[in-house]
Amino acid sequence: MNERPGASQRGIRIDLLSIADMVEPRSRVLDVGCGDGALLDYLARFKQVDGRGLEISQAGVNACVAQGLSVIQGDADADLKDYPANAFDYVILSQTLQATRRPRQVLTDLLRIGRRAIVSFPNFGYWRVRLDLLLGGRMPMTGTLDQPWYETPNIHLCTIEDFLDLSRDLGIAIERRIAIDGKGRSRQGGRPLDNLLAEQALFLLRKNG
Amino acid sequence: MAEADSVHGHGEARVQGGLVAALGRERPLRLESGVTLGPFTIAYQTYGRLDAERRNAILICHALTGDQHVASRHPVTGKPGWWESMVGPGRVIDTERYFVICANVLGGCMGSSGPTEIDPASGKPYGLAFPVVTIADMVNAQAMLLDHLGIPDLFCVIGGSMGGMQVLQWAASYPDRVFSAIPIACAARHSAQNIAFHEVGRQAIMADPEWRGGDYLSLGSNPRAGLAVARMAAHITYLSETALHRKFGRNLQNRERITFGFEADFQVESYLRHQGSTFVERFDANSYLYITRAMDYFDLAAEHGGVLAKAFSGTRTRFCVVSFTSDWLFPTRESREVVHALNAAAANVSFVEIESDKGHDAFLLDEPEMFKILRGFLEGSAEHRGLRR
Repeated sequence: MNERPGASQRGIRIDLLSIADMVEPRSRVLDVGCGDGALLDYLARFKQVDGRGLEISQAGVNACVAQGLSVIQGDADADLKDYPANAFDYVILSQTLQATRRPRQVLTDLLRIGRRAIVSFPNFGYWRVRLDLLLGGRMPMTGTLDQPWYETPNIHLCTIEDFLDLSRDLGIAIERRIAIDGKGRSRQGGRPLDNLLAEQALFLLRKNG
Repeated sequence: MAEADSVHGHGEARVQGGLVAALGRERPLRLESGVTLGPFTIAYQTYGRLDAERRNAILICHALTGDQHVASRHPVTGKPGWWESMVGPGRVIDTERYFVICANVLGGCMGSSGPTEIDPASGKPYGLAFPVVTIADMVNAQAMLLDHLGIPDLFCVIGGSMGGMQVLQWAASYPDRVFSAIPIACAARHSAQNIAFHEVGRQAIMADPEWRGGDYLSLGSNPRAGLAVARMAAHITYLSETALHRKFGRNLQNRERITFGFEADFQVESYLRHQGSTFVERFDANSYLYITRAMDYFDLAAEHGGVLAKAFSGTRTRFCVVSFTSDWLFPTRESREVVHALNAAAANVSFVEIESDKGHDAFLLDEPEMFKILRGFLEGSAEHRGLRR
């Protein structure tokens, strides 16, 4: 993954930085699948955010709490239902939607708990993915899909177009979208070729109405 | 031990190795049972110095058989404080930075009002005339101690097991007086299995003829055997099968072969007998009845229509809930229920389950991961509270 030196004391991944850019200062944020807490730490330091995290690995949780971050062990499928409506300004789900058992329910929960949701995922419509399958005849592997089919936690992969369809079904409005290509370059706004050129996609969502 | 003398008001007496506050003289404590208690005493210890803004106080709540001697030599046993690995200069609860208070619970037997103290009405030890107290009563008494000490609110309340129950009760009863809360190895209510174990202990005490209907202090006897058995049974629940096996296996005690009798052939028997016999030197049988009862009655959701989240609604306290993988007395599942309720209240909560095979007692032992996590949590909380380093 690309690093941007100087972004924070220890650097932060480019996709996380794009997410951080979407968050208003001093807001309340829940990071679902917060890993080692890099994004939460960044948001606390540079945006004075009141942040919470949910992380599936106990080792990750313990490391976060030892850094002073507010994190609990849990996952998107099982634990989002406990949170009350509109408890957060933003709920972040970074590179995790495709690994949930019920992505539709998870998306619904994200926008119930948060006034806005920020969701990123690997785009299965990316040209390299298509080409791998078309020419290689085997399950594709790319920078963001970097594990063989028998190891990957990804069970609900989708393309940008699939995601747009589901959002429409669920009455979710898209406030911003960013496409990140294979070289880590990001493009704002939706363009016709995003579904082909973007390796990852990032959406800022809110409920319609 | 550097005490902040300024916070110790009048009406104060020093008992053997500690301080005692006389409380409830003007305004008695109304117990959950409806009985009023007052005046009453709370024996306590402090460590460190209260800062000028009175914002660095940490209250440590002790467990069933603990007491106020958390980080100083025990006046009866002469042993080090029960949590010296956690509390002291440079420790996680750093007495050079924080003002630490630990009080003997109401119903205890180390100087706080309880069944061993003299009943002003009869001039004899209370015995069973002492009113039944609850976790909430213990916490209300501690809140009165803080009033007495002139401490408006706590930077942190921390405790394990029954101490953790008090932490949860503190957060629910006095949300504005608790900046951060660390309930360890506990639950929001006592389970049927735990009540059952406590009942075994109580029956062992009451079955001892020396118990004399609870009047043994007046009658000059002591139900040592009963209390020792209660302790032996309870002690098993504080460990894990793995820990017991590692420590003792089927090893024999100072002998080559089994004796075909009922002496302590096995090391584990000898160990438990030792636990029982040393316990009775420092603990009172009636106190054991009262405090186990308080734990049994604990059900934080009950007073909120059965919805635990309501106990914490609107809370601004920062929580760090801690459990241990091998704790079968207060399993992780029960901590997780607390966490779910806190989430439902949109509280600021961290939750860690620590890998340990030492069972329930792990919270009292050298657990580097727990120390590291709590150090980080307290550091982060201190930053949020704006405490100076």
